[in-house]
Amino acid sequence: MRELPTLPMPAPEPPAEGYTRREALVMGLFALAAAATTTGCAADKLALDDFVAKHFKDLSPAELQDRLAQMEKRYTESYGKPVKVSATPAQEGVLFGYALDLSRCIGCRKCVYGCVEENNQSRDPQTHWITVLEMDKEGGVNLQNANAFYDHETVPAPGKFYMPVACQQCENPPCVKVCPVEATWREPDGIVVIDYDWCIGCRNCIAGCPYGARRFNWGTPGIPKDEFNPVTEYLGNRPRQRGVVEKCTFCIQRVRQGLYPKCVEVCPVGARKFGNLLDPESEIRYIIENKRVYILKEELNTQPKFFYYYGL
Amino acid sequence: MTLISKVGNFVTGTARMAFLGGNRYYYAWLAVLGLCIVQASFAFAHQFQYGLISTSMRDSVSWGFYIGNFTFFVGVAAAAVLLVVPAYVYDWKPIKEVALFGELLAVASIVMCLLFVLVDIGRPDRFWHIIPFIGRMNLPSAIMAWDAIVLNIYLAVNLVVASYLVYCGYHGIHYNRKFVWSLVIFSIPMAISIHTVTAFLYNGMASRPYWNSAILAPRFIASAFCSGPALLLILFQILRKVSAFEIKDEAIHKVAELMAYAMGFNLFLFGAEVFKEYYSNTHELVHYQYLFAGLDGKASPIALYAWMSLAFAVISFFLFLIPKTRRNMVTMNIGCVLIYASVYIEKGIALIIPGFTPDQLGQVYAYVPSSTELRVAAGVFGVGFLLFTLMVKVSVAILFERPQAEAQPAHA
Amino acid sequence: MALGVFAASLLTACRPVEEHVPRWSKAAAAAVRQADDTTKAPAKTPVKTAAAQFPVAPPPFSDGVFPCSECHGKTDVVNRTPHPVEFHEDIVLRHDEKNRWCLDCHDAQNRDKLHLADGRLIDFTESYKLCGQCHGPTLRDWKAGEHGKRTGMWNGEKQYLLCANCHSPHSPGFKPLKPQPAPVRQEAIK
Repeated sequence: MRELPTLPMPAPEPPAEGYTRREALVMGLFALAAAATTTGCAADKLALDDFVAKHFKDLSPAELQDRLAQMEKRYTESYGKPVKVSATPAQEGVLFGYALDLSRCIGCRKCVYGCVEENNQSRDPQTHWITVLEMDKEGGVNLQNANAFYDHETVPAPGKFYMPVACQQCENPPCVKVCPVEATWREPDGIVVIDYDWCIGCRNCIAGCPYGARRFNWGTPGIPKDEFNPVTEYLGNRPRQRGVVEKCTFCIQRVRQGLYPKCVEVCPVGARKFGNLLDPESEIRYIIENKRVYILKEELNTQPKFFYYYGL
Repeated sequence: MTLISKVGNFVTGTARMAFLGGNRYYYAWLAVLGLCIVQASFAFAHQFQYGLISTSMRDSVSWGFYIGNFTFFVGVAAAAVLLVVPAYVYDWKPIKEVALFGELLAVASIVMCLLFVLVDIGRPDRFWHIIPFIGRMNLPSAIMAWDAIVLNIYLAVNLVVASYLVYCGYHGIHYNRKFVWSLVIFSIPMAISIHTVTAFLYNGMASRPYWNSAILAPRFIASAFCSGPALLLILFQILRKVSAFEIKDEAIHKVAELMAYAMGFNLFLFGAEVFKEYYSNTHELVHYQYLFAGLDGKASPIALYAWMSLAFAVISFFLFLIPKTRRNMVTMNIGCVLIYASVYIEKGIALIIPGFTPDQLGQVYAYVPSSTELRVAAGVFGVGFLLFTLMVKVSVAILFERPQAEAQPAHA
Repeated sequence: MALGVFAASLLTACRPVEEHVPRWSKAAAAAVRQADDTTKAPAKTPVKTAAAQFPVAPPPFSDGVFPCSECHGKTDVVNRTPHPVEFHEDIVLRHDEKNRWCLDCHDAQNRDKLHLADGRLIDFTESYKLCGQCHGPTLRDWKAGEHGKRTGMWNGEKQYLLCANCHSPHSPGFKPLKPQPAPVRQEAIK
């Protein structure tokens, strides 16, 4: 075909050559990252390294060590005290289980605030991983009559019972199923974790979770330096960024070291129980085998590893 | 002339057509859209800097206006192309044009969908995590990953067909019928699938009984078949006034008739849903109570819209069902506007918000979009409508306004 | 290919439902079986013997009352009928008080000890044995770690609390507590 009489136009650019598609894409990403860092993300310390950070499972052992050291350095600077970031693997032969005695919980919310301190939840804007619901004894577990905002002089209030709810660490977790980028998964010891550096903040998991357990960082999390807990875990209580999802991890930074979760330790009435479901001698097995267990929304087949029970 | 220079020529030429030679209404319209986009960029910059805390979404209602709009425009995108089916079945004369404008509307709608998702996510800087091979897609289990795939394929198919048709028109080449029609035919099941997959995004969540209904996807398709054509019918009437585009009244009335059936089916499905919820009267009824009235003695901020949507749907159904009002251009256009408004409310407000209210633990957070959300959404609308306007302008200029002699050189 | 995977996963999802056994218990059984064959035992709570089995917190004595033998001599004449005790008037007995009195638990001859129903003397650090005489199932649950709070390691050293650390033996009912603040309403998070 011959040339047409055409409208004037600039000479076409020579086609880009010498780059693979992937390289070109990554270069584009870098350019975008540079643009992002200059447009306000700098305040959030969104470094280039964070932008191109790999998925936790894609990190080689050496890369993981680099990443941990980098995080420790950054958090130590931000919070003015030595911060430890670990990536402790799950122990073999361990499947964590939790039990909570509905007949003993008095709704004092000590677990809520113990958790906030242990797990470096944002104080302002406020983030709570545990929601304590107050319900009428005569109504049973009816979430439509549940009140999370009760404010009595003393608890328990007459005629009421209390049901603290946090992540149920499902064996069949809907949140993991719906995450479009595999930013959340179930670990071999049963803990459902989130890679805060991979989460895109689409909140499918929040929509998918039947227990209202997941929290989104709507704003930049605010934690006073002196209240910051410097013993942290990569997939647990290390500082979260704005725009990502977080939730209870059974205190992964404690339980993988053999300690009880914080909420177990601060509960004044001993309503919270924790242990290894695979160990027949554990208190959690004792409870499941000897007490009346109630599973929240069991009809959804999420198979929680969080068991409510009636100790009395 | 090389292919590259031909493409370059096409780009600059169409750019001229897009921006030159409009009347003053055209420029005023562009200015309005431009203004929408500019103000939205400020609102979005604010949101980007401070996070989604500048929206009204919170943990209880974790999706809102953005995702509602996303869902609505998936429907528009799907239904726009489905208009090819009646055009083919009833053998309308301008079938190529009907297909083209449908595809252009689909392109603009999908662009809006993707933008609505982009402004909704907490880390738009990490969008690359969902790109196949570079990121890490959670396949086959995550419906959102599938949605990203089908939406992008659908966008690509429509973009290819539309730009190829316009490109051929521009250079006066005869388009490859086989190529175009195989892609158009392919885009029809794609249209159904994008809206089905989007419905499955909600439908598959057992945590949200309001969405966990098997007729959600059929409802999506039925309501989309109302909203998409409504937009195109109005467009066709404008185009045949201002350009050489020709479409017979009968064709328009036929579409209106089909819309009446779609709306009838939509209302039937909705009625079935309402019956099930109210008659069985389980705890899950609370979501419908929030939609239509309110909870705990407090009026719901969305109840008025829910009733408006229902009223508009019923009125437009009868306007399109009765031959006399269907064939009257005034009442038909009123019907189009009502249908569009009805489906927009249904998808934008009545689908998402009650699904989250009360939340999974029974707590009520009365979500109303913040000014940031409204402003950013207006900007996304601006981008989409601007894109659509420019594409339509170019297409009209190439298909109807350029004398054939200019388009087809003598020596061709 | 992705479609194939999807179809495969659908097929998996459509398998008939297996018998309703929680999966962890199957896993537990498997782990136990494995433990028989190999040395890969599940991480177990170490089982200890005798007193070391229940490492308890110190008994919660009021300031300056222990040892009781500083005031109560072995040869004191004891009035065994229930009567008000002036020195200990801060103690309010709300523990089956119609049928019970100080010397049902405290030993009249050796005031630094408690005695069980059969007369055996026990230390205050073993008071759970005394409580368990009436509250058998509770003692059983406490030993298993179900009743009461334990702190420390879920797979190792644990700190038990004595019954008396939480329940005053004289008035064991829990006192109401002031709750921590309610969460901020989402409307107020700006």
